Amino acid sequence: MGTPSFLWNFMKSITGGLIALTISDRYASIVSVHGLSMHHTFNSSTNSVLRSLSDDYVLVEKFCLANYKFTGGDVIVFRSPNNHKEKHIKRIIAMPGEWIKVPHSHDMLKIPEGHCWVEGDNSASSLDSRSFGPVSLGLVQGKVTHIVWPPQRVGQVRRSIPEGRFSF
Amino acid sequence: MMGVRTILGQWRSTAKEVWDRTLIVAKFLCVLHVTNTYICTPTLVYGPSMLPTLNLTGDVILAERISTRLGKVGPGDIVLVRSPENPRKTVSKRVMGMEGDRVTFLVDPKKSDRCRTIVGDNVYASRDSRHFGPVPCGLIQAKVFFRIWPPEGFGSLRQGE
Repeated sequence: MGTPSFLWNFMKSITGGLIALTISDRYASIVSVHGLSMHHTFNSSTNSVLRSLSDDYVLVEKFCLANYKFTGGDVIVFRSPNNHKEKHIKRIIAMPGEWIKVPHSHDMLKIPEGHCWVEGDNSASSLDSRSFGPVSLGLVQGKVTHIVWPPQRVGQVRRSIPEGRFSF
Repeated sequence: MMGVRTILGQWRSTAKEVWDRTLIVAKFLCVLHVTNTYICTPTLVYGPSMLPTLNLTGDVILAERISTRLGKVGPGDIVLVRSPENPRKTVSKRVMGMEGDRVTFLVDPKKSDRCRTIVGDNVYASRDSRHFGPVPCGLIQAKVFFRIWPPEGFGSLRQGE
């Protein structure tokens, strides 16, 4: 009586776990956003006590990974080029083949094939391509489409490119 | 009345059977996905860049994902990496080292402590780190350890040199 039903429940929860893992790998998953590098887009409360209690949760979709179709202005989740165990959330500013003006310098940089330039919306406190260079598109894990928590900020994450970053 | 009820009953039992079968297929596909992504996956590799270790016309090899997830990939291993030039392609190459001591440019260990240099075995026909620089560890997908086709090459592909 005891053991078969325990085994049954165990198998059911393993199956449920496998299905959840497959869905979160191939279709969409929900992740929490830590830190302030995307301030005003995510984690935009200015009260520091409240902020540490409630990170934003966002929906990350993985359909874009089938063909690696991204456009400038998308917010993406990617593995850090320096530490493959960490994941970052930033916005794509430039796609392969485009030229971008490197901040605080007079250089123009051409984004190599297969890479993209990412920056956080809060330039003051963001570790992004200005430090570690263009990010390989193979490191991208998904695209952020919606905020799902907290309820007052639920909505679509819009594509937007900051002013004055491109050459002609 | 009776006709409608029996038809409804039959429809319900067929629908239940269809649902059960679909669920079994879905569960099987999930198990397949989890095994291929987290444990071990068979892959077809082709091309001249890993001659003579891997054939030109195609070998079926087994690649495991556990070492790459734990970061236990070292020099001499054959790995599958997502190409830095085209993320839709996955290529197979051999890891040469972290320090880049066989190539002319130096990898600064503080800035890129998780980068590996990869080179194909066939140095004359291989696009590798000599062209696109060291590759971030996050792009390494799997470590090749066994060949299952063609039958003459059946066997383990351990570290060479």
